[in-house]
Amino acid sequence: MQKRLIVLLSLLVVLVMALSAYAAPAPAAETQAGGEEAAAPASAAAEEGEKILVVALGADPTSLDPESVMNNESGFVMSTIFDGLTKYNKGTSEPGPGLAESWEVSEDGTEYTFKLREGVKFHDGTDFNADAALAELDRVINPDNPYYVYNQEGVHSFATFTWGLVTGTEKIDDYTIKITLSEPHAPFLASIAMVWSGMMSPAAVEKYGFDVNYNPVGTGPFKFVEWVRNDHITLEANPDYWGGAPKVDKLIFRVVPESSVRLLKLEQGEVDILADVNPEDYTRIEENADLTLLRQPGLTVNGLTMPFEAEPFTDVRVRQALNYAVNKDEMNEFLYKNAAITAATGMPPILMGYPKDLEPYPYDPEKARELLAEAGYPDGFDFTLLCYENPRGYNPVGIKMAVAIQEYLAEVGVNLKLETLEWGAFLATRRSADNQDMGMVGWSGDNGDPDNFLYEMFSTDMIPVGNTSHYSNPELDDILITARTVTDPEERAKLYEQAATIIHDDAPWLFVNHTLQVRATRANVDGFALNPLQMFWYMEDVDLK
Amino acid sequence: MFKYTVRRLLQLIPVLIGVSVLVFVGMHIIPGDVAVLLLGDKGTPEALARLREELGLNQPIYVQYFRFLADALRGDFGISLRTRQTAWWEVRQALPMTIELSLCAMSFAVIVGVPIGVLAAVKQYSLFDSISMIGVLISVSMPIFWTGLILMMIFGGRLHWFPIGGILDEGVNLQRITGIHLLDALLTGNMEAFWSAARHLVLPTIALGSVTMATLARMTRSSMLEIMHQDYVRTARAKGLSRRTVLVRHAFRNALIPVITVAGLQLGILLSGAVLTETVFALPGVGRLAITSLLARDYAVVQAVVLVAAFLIVMVNLMVDLLYAQADPRIRYE
Repeated sequence: MQKRLIVLLSLLVVLVMALSAYAAPAPAAETQAGGEEAAAPASAAAEEGEKILVVALGADPTSLDPESVMNNESGFVMSTIFDGLTKYNKGTSEPGPGLAESWEVSEDGTEYTFKLREGVKFHDGTDFNADAALAELDRVINPDNPYYVYNQEGVHSFATFTWGLVTGTEKIDDYTIKITLSEPHAPFLASIAMVWSGMMSPAAVEKYGFDVNYNPVGTGPFKFVEWVRNDHITLEANPDYWGGAPKVDKLIFRVVPESSVRLLKLEQGEVDILADVNPEDYTRIEENADLTLLRQPGLTVNGLTMPFEAEPFTDVRVRQALNYAVNKDEMNEFLYKNAAITAATGMPPILMGYPKDLEPYPYDPEKARELLAEAGYPDGFDFTLLCYENPRGYNPVGIKMAVAIQEYLAEVGVNLKLETLEWGAFLATRRSADNQDMGMVGWSGDNGDPDNFLYEMFSTDMIPVGNTSHYSNPELDDILITARTVTDPEERAKLYEQAATIIHDDAPWLFVNHTLQVRATRANVDGFALNPLQMFWYMEDVDLK
Repeated sequence: MFKYTVRRLLQLIPVLIGVSVLVFVGMHIIPGDVAVLLLGDKGTPEALARLREELGLNQPIYVQYFRFLADALRGDFGISLRTRQTAWWEVRQALPMTIELSLCAMSFAVIVGVPIGVLAAVKQYSLFDSISMIGVLISVSMPIFWTGLILMMIFGGRLHWFPIGGILDEGVNLQRITGIHLLDALLTGNMEAFWSAARHLVLPTIALGSVTMATLARMTRSSMLEIMHQDYVRTARAKGLSRRTVLVRHAFRNALIPVITVAGLQLGILLSGAVLTETVFALPGVGRLAITSLLARDYAVVQAVVLVAAFLIVMVNLMVDLLYAQADPRIRYE
């Protein structure tokens, strides 16, 4: 009797042990284990006086190969490990020198010659030079490369977006490369500054193959140490960073899925920076002297499209009337909890080329009624609005936005019928060429270039996928296409000022707002600044006081 | 007994097939095109077509299912659409955390719940009985999510007794052997990591284990009460055995049988509770993997998680059935 009990109990113990042993990767056989191998073998607790900066993320990154991933959390981490050829100037979306110290663009705008920074090494000791840069480019443009990024099942990549126009690369000398494009494309310099264009060590690609996804080696201010899935990623300072040695010794990205728990951890000092903040918590953070709330307009735009080819929206007065009829400031204050600012046109005000004196349509229901009457609709009209339900990055309140607008418009006699579709069906319907409903619309920018907003959503070329209002204005098309080919930044800025103003006046959208990017830090975090791309650039400047 | 075990193990096959059909169909009847969902706003028509082709979404659902089944039999659960690791790897990374948390919660539930139940039964209608049963009623009614947050705010936020979420303090390293932190720390003699993990586990253990603890306490109490009114207990007392001996040797042991059943069933509840507990306390376990994958429509990982969970629950139930025979000599499996 007793014996059998012992046998059974030991069986149970063995089973549990076996399960968990099987559940853990055997280090030798497990090539995918990534950071696990790199983990320090035994306890090495924080050394005396070591400065550890902890950033809380809402979700685990999915990959750390810049060319093979598109989600924000991965970007946050990668922006501290990698540099691109160009790099956004601090606090702006304008590309400046990065791993390339300088560049020249040919007269016709198709040839870019980059002078590379000398003396830079990847974290694994490999030299950064023309060969390394070209090896990295080969991985994204050459389908015959064994580690071509698109040869990974289900990969999400910006490679086509960024490098799709590249027709040739050439080594001029050890520190000079030339990249040829099939057509002039001025946003190229901004695209290659994106975190998704970070330069990976070719030796690492050689060593890990596609597993560089979990073994990132860059040239940035922080070196990858370990990644414990769904828990944390540890990075250590790269004292030889060309932009200056980081002021903290370690940088840890910790995954904390619950927003209230993230805030609690910040309040307790267990983390130093929150990558995103729940709007409900703004006041609580602002009232706490130990914490700092940072906010600035994000890289988003949000609104409703009005079908350009359908009555009554063929009349510009009707489109403008709807813009006057909605109290967007009130929506921002109460619905968006002050986490958004009113939009005047199709691009956010932090971008280059935003017209400084452009004001949003004010809330003026009287004016709206007048315009509707002039257009022949004194009693308003009925129309269908296609809606998605869930919150999106550019619209954190989801369908509540449509419900609010429905009420404002009802006051001027325009009655919207809301038709809600599940996200996949919504996108498919919105993007079909024959759809003639109004629709919720929004965009989060990729490379911080105005082209990425205005051309994408307002040019005739992009009907019906990007330009879902089917808005078409030949004058605007000319400007947008010229702005793609002009390489002088000032000249481009002037063109976008014109374009943004035309879009404001033509009002193909009911412009609603731009969400703010909001982060919170402990008050002793010094030197941390937001930037339009929302990435963690320039973390080498951050210190703990 | 051996035959019985083999038979039970064979029954596992139809159970797992049934579960796989349910989860597969469930994942695929959720409306909406996965490819559109995965690519979001940035999906060009070409990218969508390529992704549908890659995922085999163009084929009828039964073809997709049989392909999945054939692969799964070879131990291939497919690739995670989110991370592009194998689904099985994702599960293996996360499983030890959940096992650790569930074992802690179960131990807590048994160590606290059973004595409360016994004492409440022995001192029926006493003050202790009333207070403990009210307490038990409260904890059985509280949602885990809420319990977790409240515990965290009081004992982490206000009193600073325990850390808020996570499993190890910043800067504490632990070599991964089994993936169960407490065990790994003991195996490597890393006491710093052991205490760090232990401190981190206290609140989630209580949050997750409290419902089970309450259920066990109530079960033990009623089971003890029933046994204590049986004739043989009176007989044992009548032949002169001390009250204590009767309670421990005669009543308690028999009262345990239904308690074991309930404890076994509670393991399923612990696994589902782990979804919430791991989310609130930021623990990298299977529960959180399940929810993250479900929201991202990461088919392969959801299927792998559900199948592994079903396997675990069936195995635990088997062990419970075998334990009966030990606790109750009248039960024989032949």
